[in-house]
Amino acid sequence: MRPAFSVLFLTTLIGTGQGLLIALVTAQFFFVIGSGPSGESGAFYALGSALALALLGLGLVASFFHLANPQRAWRSAAKWRTSWLSREVILIPAVCGLTLLYALDHWLGWTPVLMVFANGKALDLPMALGFAAAAAALVLFVCTGMIYACVKFIRQWSSSWTVINFLLMGLSSGFTLAAAYAGLMDSVLRDFLVADALAATLLAMATRLYQVRRNGHVRFRSSLKTAIGTHHPQIRQITQGFMGQSFNTIEFTAPGGAGTVRGLTVFFILAGFAVPAALLAASLGGTGGALLAVAVASQFAGLLAERWVFFAAGVHVQNLYYQAKA
Amino acid sequence: MSKVQLALVIDLNVCVGCHACVTSCKEWNTSGWAGPLTDQNPYGADPTGVFFNRVQTYECGTYPNTETIHFPKSCLHCEEPPCVPVCPTGASYKREEDGIVLVDYDKCIGCKYCSWSCPYGAREFDPVQGVMKKCTLCVDRITDTTLAEDRRKPACVLACPPAARIFGDINDPESEAAKAIRDYGGFQLMPEWGTNPANHYLPRRKISMTLHKDELVRADNPLKIEGELPRPSFNAPSIDDLSGW
Repeated sequence: MRPAFSVLFLTTLIGTGQGLLIALVTAQFFFVIGSGPSGESGAFYALGSALALALLGLGLVASFFHLANPQRAWRSAAKWRTSWLSREVILIPAVCGLTLLYALDHWLGWTPVLMVFANGKALDLPMALGFAAAAAALVLFVCTGMIYACVKFIRQWSSSWTVINFLLMGLSSGFTLAAAYAGLMDSVLRDFLVADALAATLLAMATRLYQVRRNGHVRFRSSLKTAIGTHHPQIRQITQGFMGQSFNTIEFTAPGGAGTVRGLTVFFILAGFAVPAALLAASLGGTGGALLAVAVASQFAGLLAERWVFFAAGVHVQNLYYQAKA
Repeated sequence: MSKVQLALVIDLNVCVGCHACVTSCKEWNTSGWAGPLTDQNPYGADPTGVFFNRVQTYECGTYPNTETIHFPKSCLHCEEPPCVPVCPTGASYKREEDGIVLVDYDKCIGCKYCSWSCPYGAREFDPVQGVMKKCTLCVDRITDTTLAEDRRKPACVLACPPAARIFGDINDPESEAAKAIRDYGGFQLMPEWGTNPANHYLPRRKISMTLHKDELVRADNPLKIEGELPRPSFNAPSIDDLSGW
């Protein structure tokens, strides 16, 4: 499949934004249930979730570049009962809205207690908004992953690993960004977030490597036999019916060959996972955020390459019909 | 009786690969009210363009024992179209009344997601209008009551010189299309995906004749010799009882 840069930026940016939001909510929850230091200031969460909101917004802007008729984008909320794309379209603004409320509530410092539990811990409004926003962000990960996982005609995508990887890579990049943010703000959360980011990055690397391995030997359900319904052991295409290009030869092929995919796979494993993991491990127990900022930059470049490879490695069934020109 | 499902039945035994269906389809559908099927760089080195119908050619076997198959391909108007539920706007839909899968160009946002969900590569994106396009089964022709009834058929069907394309309701057992599927082993493409395509193809059929030796010699030749028989007498009975010569 042809990697579209609009979708590459959309999925990496909103993934990082959702991950950052979940990281902030996790950090806040860590203080609520823990007995350690009293926690971070409301401004810390407000600024952090504003950053997440900016990333989500940038992703939304990128997504409009993918549409040929963006003035009708509002229509795409219509078929949420059947289309994962429609569900994603509804959830992105929902996550943005909840993130905005979460940020505003922290900024204003309005913390009415909603519920008190038997152990004396209380659920206040910012925490409740955080849970709602994080839950929506998690569902959004599933929607984004399912957009690709439900395309059964691309065997490399059509697996639960697609959803798992979208989730874990989003969490990994989000927690790394949260760790860098905490480091730069000299927050007490720095080490907690660095450790989480390290775990998420290593886990994401493991599952993504598994998918790379799995995609190396997927079995295709269709062949030229079923494509043209002729039961002959030797069939080859003489001509696809035209000498030039068509949508079918452009949209369903990636520029560059297998060499590009292999090279970028090595690049994204290093830049997207190995280097950030090493930098995260090196900054465990330290102070400051310079190393962590480098990790964020490296990981974002790596994840863009990862998304490119994800598209380029997807082989669509329809390519059976477009193999030869004459 | 089940619902009306209009479709094409394409006889691979008859198709000669002349592309008349391709050009007539392009001509009809580029001239309609829905606007042109745009081409980009049509006379340049690397042309692209939107077509609803393509004729491809395949070869089976090893030379010299090969067989050429000309294979026209357009939207198959699946009874379980995978392209329809994935559309976020509802622009892609299957008509209740006749089973034609259509795109509402006024609702399409051009996200191309439906084309990913078609295993046949039947949808082609129009980058000029920014909407997804596909075979409409010439819905503007077949429902046009100002046309004579025998002209209310898709342009490709009317254009096909050897009449390899049959148009009709495949769910009506009396239709020519349903009869052709039934009698000549009509099959669907890629049945493994459960899309249940409405368009069917008729297989290539081998036509051969076995001649036995006694059929090479005229069995009713009483003199057992080949050649001109002697002229019968004027009043002798003849085969047609009218004339002997």
